[in-house]
Amino acid sequence: MAERDDFAAQAMQYAPQLYSAALRMTRNAADAEDLVQETYLRAYRSFATFADGTNLRAWLFRILTNTFINSYRAKQRRPQETDLADVEDLYLYRRIGGVGAALSAEDTLFDLFTDGEVKAALENLPDAFRLPVLLADVEQFSYKEIAEMLDIPIGTVMSRLHRGRKAMHKALIDYATERGLMPRDEPEPEPTLAEPDRG
Amino acid sequence: MADCEETLRELETYLDHELDAPARDAIQAHLTGCMDCLQAFDFHAELRTVISAKCQSDELPAGLMAKIERCFGEDFDGDGRIG
Repeated sequence: MAERDDFAAQAMQYAPQLYSAALRMTRNAADAEDLVQETYLRAYRSFATFADGTNLRAWLFRILTNTFINSYRAKQRRPQETDLADVEDLYLYRRIGGVGAALSAEDTLFDLFTDGEVKAALENLPDAFRLPVLLADVEQFSYKEIAEMLDIPIGTVMSRLHRGRKAMHKALIDYATERGLMPRDEPEPEPTLAEPDRG
Repeated sequence: MADCEETLRELETYLDHELDAPARDAIQAHLTGCMDCLQAFDFHAELRTVISAKCQSDELPAGLMAKIERCFGEDFDGDGRIG
């Protein structure tokens, strides 16, 4: 059994990670602050049930995820599952690989997308996909941990990761295309005849 | 040893560290001899790192830590207990 006095010393180090995750979940700084604060309060109150030697970080993320699902999700207008783009496997890799020159030695994958674009690509996924992708790709939790946090079967975690990642990659390519870093997927329309000079 | 199709099918599970040892060994054996698949795996490993780093580049709001720690010292909800 864990002592409450130890809680702050052990748990506060995770505040930056929890806050970032809360921002991706709520997509709003004020709600993210409230969510993190509520998570710590709940964790503090039930710290006696936390078994020493188990993973404190996973336990905190589980409380964060549950608090978000129960208290915040309902009040937000969210994209629906049907809004999820259906994308072929390895879409982003093939688009970037196909361009070839898009990634030179000094122009790395890290520089191709802005922080804001990557955050938006994740935040725009419907909940059912955003939470697994956030917990796996950003927070590095295992399928089993994610299945427990979201209370869904491991097979569902895997299929949602697969579809969610592809949709996120599609969004990233769309951002790069908008910024003119990537050619359009479709061939450009034939140039039309120039307008006569109305001078 | 796995072929290209089998290898690429396991790309996500491999990068998620969710394959058992024999399956992981089969993928690694294939990657040792196949530049195309190795390139795809390396690319996705790097992409994962980029996504993770960029999604954690948020500044903790000033005062949030103090606000949280204040909860640990008082009866926050008036139920007669600290917290």
